[in-house]
Formats: sequence, structure tokens, C-alpha cells
Amino acid sequence: MTPLFFVLGVPLLGGLVLALTGHRTYARDINVTFSLLTFLSACVLTVQVMDHGPQLVWHQQFYIDPLNVFLVTLTAFVGLTTAIFSRPYMRIEQDHGKMTPPRMRLYHSMYQLFSFTMLLGFTTNNLGIIWVAMEAATLTTVLLVSVYRTTASLEAAWKYFILCGVGIAQALFGTILMYMAAEKVLGPEHATLLWTSLNDIKGQLDPTIISLAFVFLLIGYGTKIGLVPLHSWLPDAHAEGPTPVSAVLSGLLLNVAMYAVLRTKVLTDGALGTAMAGQLMMGFGLLSVTVAAFFLSRQKDVKRMFSYSSIEHMGLITFAFGMGGSLANFAGLLHMTVHSLVKSAIFFTVGHATQKAGTQVMSEIRGLIKVNPTVGWGLMLGVMAILGMPPFGVFASEFLILTTAMREQPWAAPFLFLALGVAFASILIRVLPMVFGDSTLKPLAHPPALIPVFLHLALALVLGLYIPSYLNGWYVQAASMLGG
Amino acid sequence: MIKFAPQLINLFATLILLLSFAMISQRRIVSLINLFMMQGVALVITSFLLGYATHQPDLYVSGGLTLVLKVIFIPWMLHRMIRKLNVRWDIETLFNVPTTMLVGIALVIFSFSLALPVSRLSSSLAGGSLGIALSCVMLSFLMLITRSKAVPQVIGFLSMENGLIFAATAVTNGMPMIVEFGIALDVLVGVLILGVFMFQIREKFDTLDIHHLETLKED
Amino acid sequence: MSWLGVFSQLLALVTALLLAPLLTGWINQCRALLQNKSAPGLLQPYRMLHKLFNKESVMAEHASPLYRTAPYLIFSCMLLACAIVPTLSTDLPLSPAADAIALVGLFALARVFLSLAAMDVGTAFGSLGARREMLVGFLAEPALLMVLFCASMITRSTSLTTMVETLAHRELAIYPSLLLAGVAFVMVSLAENARVPVDNPDTHLELTMIHEALILEYSARHLALLEWAASLKLFAYSCIGLALFFPWGVADANAPLVLLLALPVLVIKLAIGGVVLALIETLSAKMRIFRVPEFLGTAFLVAVIGLLVNVLLGAG
Repeated sequence: MTPLFFVLGVPLLGGLVLALTGHRTYARDINVTFSLLTFLSACVLTVQVMDHGPQLVWHQQFYIDPLNVFLVTLTAFVGLTTAIFSRPYMRIEQDHGKMTPPRMRLYHSMYQLFSFTMLLGFTTNNLGIIWVAMEAATLTTVLLVSVYRTTASLEAAWKYFILCGVGIAQALFGTILMYMAAEKVLGPEHATLLWTSLNDIKGQLDPTIISLAFVFLLIGYGTKIGLVPLHSWLPDAHAEGPTPVSAVLSGLLLNVAMYAVLRTKVLTDGALGTAMAGQLMMGFGLLSVTVAAFFLSRQKDVKRMFSYSSIEHMGLITFAFGMGGSLANFAGLLHMTVHSLVKSAIFFTVGHATQKAGTQVMSEIRGLIKVNPTVGWGLMLGVMAILGMPPFGVFASEFLILTTAMREQPWAAPFLFLALGVAFASILIRVLPMVFGDSTLKPLAHPPALIPVFLHLALALVLGLYIPSYLNGWYVQAASMLGG
Repeated sequence: MIKFAPQLINLFATLILLLSFAMISQRRIVSLINLFMMQGVALVITSFLLGYATHQPDLYVSGGLTLVLKVIFIPWMLHRMIRKLNVRWDIETLFNVPTTMLVGIALVIFSFSLALPVSRLSSSLAGGSLGIALSCVMLSFLMLITRSKAVPQVIGFLSMENGLIFAATAVTNGMPMIVEFGIALDVLVGVLILGVFMFQIREKFDTLDIHHLETLKED
Repeated sequence: MSWLGVFSQLLALVTALLLAPLLTGWINQCRALLQNKSAPGLLQPYRMLHKLFNKESVMAEHASPLYRTAPYLIFSCMLLACAIVPTLSTDLPLSPAADAIALVGLFALARVFLSLAAMDVGTAFGSLGARREMLVGFLAEPALLMVLFCASMITRSTSLTTMVETLAHRELAIYPSLLLAGVAFVMVSLAENARVPVDNPDTHLELTMIHEALILEYSARHLALLEWAASLKLFAYSCIGLALFFPWGVADANAPLVLLLALPVLVIKLAIGGVVLALIETLSAKMRIFRVPEFLGTAFLVAVIGLLVNVLLGAG
């Protein structure tokens, strides 16, 4: 039995089991167990790929190569730590009366099913199934976002569904066009949406069809990444759901959409021979970074502010991949990794902070360090990390991106600096009073799970200081596959 | 009969476009659901025709899937939902109907011009219908953003899926079966979730007017 | 100018004059039957024309010469329109003038004079009717033009006779753009001929009238001419519809004997058309005046889409 079977099968089974038992008190532990099993299978899969190279599994329907295997492990890891975080967090939410047992059942089963859809999206070889997985991921999270049943969360969930649904329909149209291009080269009987087959013939795909297809795919999946101007669902959806949901949405789902865009970019570059795909991505990325930084400065709700920060960072990643070349691709991959780790860590601490204060408005949260030093320090370090302070990993990747930009696309560098600077100032100004200062907050009923926070931050620190050789090799391989 | 197939397919494609337009200008929600059902029927007939003309049994399966899902099950569910939710009319739209139609025409022209170079390259019988399929998607999108009640927005979303399935059928004689089943499953689950949602919204706001869902803005 | 051409032209004119009131009577009968009322009889319009022609004409004191001549002018326009639409044969001496755009122009001319005459006497309902008539006309004209252009694009000519000949002699083909044009044409005819759902032809309430309000002040022979002109307009529209969408059975210069067949075929087609019109009228409700622009705008846009579909789908 290949480990891929377990990587996909365990979350699916977990979803079904928790659909039945999710309201019991031990459901939280079941959730963690399933996530742990998924993570272990992902590690085994990684080792296998490291030893034997890229593999095609089950009638060529699944394809594991350096690009997606480390994303799979990252997803499984963050899924595990978020499940650990969610144990005390959701218990406190239940005590505060915001969650009822039937909703806990929904929450737990959807959590596992969501992991399944993300892992399916990463490992499938079929472009059509990537689409199905992305849409399924949207569907599983839509109910999660509205689980508190407040007016704001209903609005956020509705907007999320409709806007993402519209966006993703464009991506389906792009996929259809891709299939049409494949049919022209391979003939109707052998036409296929398998990425590996398309990769082999990408030089022969018709440029007109492929360029139109890429535009639709970028717009469609770009909506899920949160590229401006298709981003308006993101702040609402990330801010209104429970914090574990915000963490996985910001940290993981955006990566899946980015991955889908990357796979199609490889095909497009091969078919077109021009830099159109990269230029489009650079344009959208730059727009997202700048607009998000400015919107960020006006936010009063802490989770909204950090979701705009997610938009900003995904814009930066899109820009990096748009530039292309081995350094920029490497930087983009590294940034994806550290962003997931650090953003989810921040959401963990913010979650506990808002639970203490009972509100998400930043001006009412003060003096975290006095009440609960671990939460305070966690938030402080997390913010330092996400703002790009050395020696955290975000500094390394941002440095690489900025220097490459200055060298290859000098016109863009001022915008990037300006945006990053504005974001730096805005976030720091808001967070410092939250952490320091006098406090009127009460301690929490159950001890918060802060090991995940520090684990993530430690990993980000390590990645900033020293990248292990196998990880380095991975990134380089993936970067070259992307066209470095 | 086979000689007539491209013309018949073009005819049904035009019918689908006409129905999309009718849906934009329709105010009564019951008629909207019936128009959607008719669009599904036209789509099913197109799939069967194309399958018959190109001797590809996959298209029969695809047509059958659309029949069960979009012609029978989903309209039945929508009718049941609106009976329970007690919505009948949707008086207000974002702009009035003539302006909506003009914007619709502009979108149709845009989609046609976008699709013309690509449809010339298509090797399928119904390649010319790519522009029509794209216009249907755009018109459903227009319906989504100009309607203020929840049920027309849901129908706009479903009609968009119709347009996409039509594009797949027309241009590439259907997608691989596994993808078609995946898409159908997504649509089904999506509609179920939307149904659940509408009840929750109605419970919370006592109305299905989407204008109430605009409180989360930048401050 | 062959003798056969002149003969078929005269035959078309006489047919129009005689059959138009019959068509109106037939539609009224079908409507009454569908609505479960007893019909006034098939020949009622003839009786009415006869009655009106024998009455004494009463006119307002300050009626201008325009008021007096308008009915004759309008009647001649409609008659000319009926003459140039190829109903029985395409071998008409007037066919060089039978251009689609000229046809629309004829209808516009009639409409202008009718509105002017209605406003001439200065009554409130006259001006009301005139305003509404111009509103409907302003929107219906472009729609009608677009419909005719749809057919022109397929047949590559705006001459009505060429259109009918080409469409009749093509192989049986399904033109989707003609489907859309047909839908638009039905909507435009309903509006221009003052039928439900745009205007109720037997309403007694002046505030809901469009066409009736315009002819409210006329009496005797003037009224007779105007009523006859209205039936001629309906006849002309039906013949245009039949010529564009069901052009089979029309004679041309190469087949004069078809002329014998053309008349019964025309009668049958008109009868079926009448039933369909009565059905549409019974199944729809009259819409409020401010909805009429929407209705006609929809017709216009459907016709435009027909044109676009023609471009997109190539020949079709």
C-alpha cells in the first residue's frame, strides 16, 4: 500500500467518523489523532519520494514530485498543529456558549474533509480533479465560516461562497480550454487532462487557446489566492470563522490555489514561449501587495488586519513566481512555507487573545504580556517574523525577492518597498499596544495550547538561519521544474 | 439526420442563450426556476445530439447526469425551498431591466469577440458555440450581481454551471468522465449547502434580501 | 414589366384589400372562442365598414386640412406597404421599391401622420395617444429594422423580393438567428398592431388606450378608412412574418402557375397565424405602459443577438 493511500484515506475516514461522533468530548482527541496519522503518512511519502524520485500512482491519476510533496507535508503538519491548538480553543468557545454540540460535529468532520480536499488538490495529476478539489475545499469551509451563526459570519460565508464560486467557474472554463488544446494535439481518443502528459507535449499546444486558458485560470484560481481585485471575500471569510479555521484558510488553502496556478504556468510557458504568464502574475502580485498594504493600515479588527497581511504576502509570492528564474522561484517556495507557519502561529495567539478580551477590535485588547506572558510573547515574535525581521525565514525570502526584483524588474522595487514599509508600520503600531501596556483582561478557563505557536516560530527561525541540505535540494529541484 | 446535426446544435445553443436572456429579465422566481429547467432540457438534448452525431457514448452519460441533476432534482428542490421560504417576487434589481439588458448585450459582444479566434480552431462539430457558452456564463454572472434576493443568486450560480457544461460539451465533446462526475458532485453539494444557508439567513434576518448582508465593510 | 407581373401586383393589392378585414374578423372570432364568449361573426368588420361609409362625417370646427387628409394618406401608405410585401408572388413591378428600410419608412410615415392628426384637434386623449404611439414607435422601429437585417444578413440583400426568393429556394436549413429574429418580430408586431400585451384593441377605458385614443375623434368614412388601414397594417405585418420565416408557396417569375396555388396557401398560413395571435392575446395580460419600453427593448436586444449569432456561427 503506497503511503499516498493513507495520506488521502485517513482524512476522508476521519471526516466520516467525526460526522458521527464529533460532538462527544473525546472528539477533539480523535481529530488530533487523525491529523497525526495523516502527518506520519505524509512523512513516509516524503521519504519515499526523496529516495526514489517523482512517482506516478494509480493509473497515472496521482503525481508526487518535489514541488508538491513538501507542500503535502507542510499541509499535514499545520493541520496537525492546528488540530492540537483547536482542542482547548474550541473547548473555551463551547464554554462561552458560541458553539453547540451539533455544530461541533459539523466543525470536526468538515475539518478532516477539508484536509482531504487540500491533499487531493496537491497530489492529483488531473487538472480537472484539481478544480473539483478546489471547489470541494470551498464547500467544506463555507459551512465552517458560518458556524457561529452570527449575522456577520452568515454574510461572510455567503459572500465567500458566491464570489469564490464565480471565480472558480472561470477556472473551469480555463480548464475546458486546456482540454481543447490537448485534444488538438493528441486527438479526441487520447486527449487527457493529466498534467504529466500535457507537460510532455506543452511545446505543441496552440498558443491562442493556451493564452486564453491561462487568463481564465489565473483569474479563477487567483480569486482563491486572494489577488486584488478579486479578494473581497477574503478578509470577511478569514475574520468571521473560528480561529482554527482562519489559520488553515490563511495558511493552507491559499497555497493550494497558488500551486494550481503554478502547474498551469509551467504548461503555459512551454506553449507560449513568451513571458505573458509571468508578466500577468507580476502585475496581479504587485497590485495585491500595494492595495493590501494600504487597506491594512485602516483596519480595526485584528483578524481582518492579518487577513489583509495574507493577501499582501500571497501577492508577494505571486510576484516572485511571476519573475521566474531559479532564485525567485526558490524564494517563492520558501516564502510559501514560512508564511504558512508564521501566519498560522499568529492566528493561534490572536485567537487566544480575542478569547480573553471577548472582542476582535484591536483597541480593546491591551497588555497581553501581563496577563499571559506566553500569549504575549508568542504574538510579539510572530509579528516580528511576519514583518520580515531577521533572523526569521520571512526575512530571507523577502530579501531574495527584493534583490531579484531590484536586479531584474527595477520598476517594481519601489512599490514593493513602499508596500512592505506601510504594512510594517501599520501592523507594529497596532500590535505593540496590544501586547504591552496595562490590561483589563481576565485569564482563560483552560490553559491555551501554545506549543504549536512556538513550534511554528522555531521552524521559521530555523529556516531563516539554516536550510537543511535535503530541503535545499528539494527547493532547488522544484524551482528548476518551475522553469528556473 | 446527421447532416442536420451541426445546425440543430446551433439552434439549441441559440435557445440556451435566449433562455439566459429571459432569465435576466424575469422577475417572478417561479418562472425563473422553470426557465432554468428548460435550459437544462436544451442542454441535455444538445448532449444527446452530439453524442449521436459523433458516436461517443460518454456524451450520453453526461447528458443523463445533467438530466437527473439539473432538470429533475435541482428544480424540484428549489421549488420546495421557495415554498418553505415563501418567496415569490424579486422586485428590486441593481439597475432596471433595460439597462441590465444593455449590459448583457455588451457582455455578449465581448464574449463573442473573445471566443471567435478560439472557436475557429476547434475540431468539434459545435465549435462555434464556444462564444455562446461563454456569453451564457457571463450573463449568469450578471444575474448574480444584479439581483438582491438569495434565490435568483443561487439560480445564477447554477446557470453558470450550465453554461460551463455546455462549453465543455460543445468544444471538446465532454470532459473525462471522472471530471464530469466530480463537477456534478460539487454542484449537488453546493446547492444543498446554499439551501441550508438560505434557511439560516432567513432565520437570522427574517428576509432573504441580500442588501442586509452588506454590513461588513471597510471602516 | 411583364403582364404577369402587373397582374400579380393587382391581385396582391385586391387580396390585401379584401382579406385584411377578414383576417381581423377571424382573429376576433378565435379570441372570443378561446375566452368562451360568443363571436360577432366572421364578416362583422365588413358590415362595420359598410355602415361607416354610409354615415355622415362630423368634424371639429377648427380641424385643419391635415386632419381631413390624414386618413387618406394613412390608408394609402398601408396599401402600398401591402403591395410591396411579397405575399403571392415575388415578380412585382414595384419590387425595386420593395426595400426593407423603405417599408419601415412607410410605417413611420403613417405613424407620424396619425399622431399629428390626433393632436390636431387639441383634445387631451388625442395628445395622450399620440405620445404613447410615438413611444411605442420609437422603440419598435429599430427592433423591426434589426429583424429585417437579420434576414438580410443571411440573404445578403435588403430587397424584400430577393429575401423571399433566396429563403424559399435554399435547402431546408435551420437558422438559429432567424429563430431569435422570429421571437423579436412577434414582440414587435404585438406592439405595433396594438395587441395585448401592449394595448387592448377592444378596451373602452381611454386611459389605457394607445391606438384607439388616436382615432377617437374620427367618424364615418374617415373612421372607416382608419379602421381599414389598421387591418391592412396587421395584414402587412403578418405577410412580412410569413415571407421571412415561412416563405414557401410564393410564386416567382419563373413559375407563374404557382400563383394559382399561392392564394390558398396564403389563406391557410394567415388562418394559422391568426389562431396563434389569438392564443397569445388570450394567454397574456396587458402590461402597464411603463413596462412597454422594457418589452420593446427586449425585442430589440433579442434581434441584435440574432445578428451577433449570425456572425458567430458563420452561415447561420
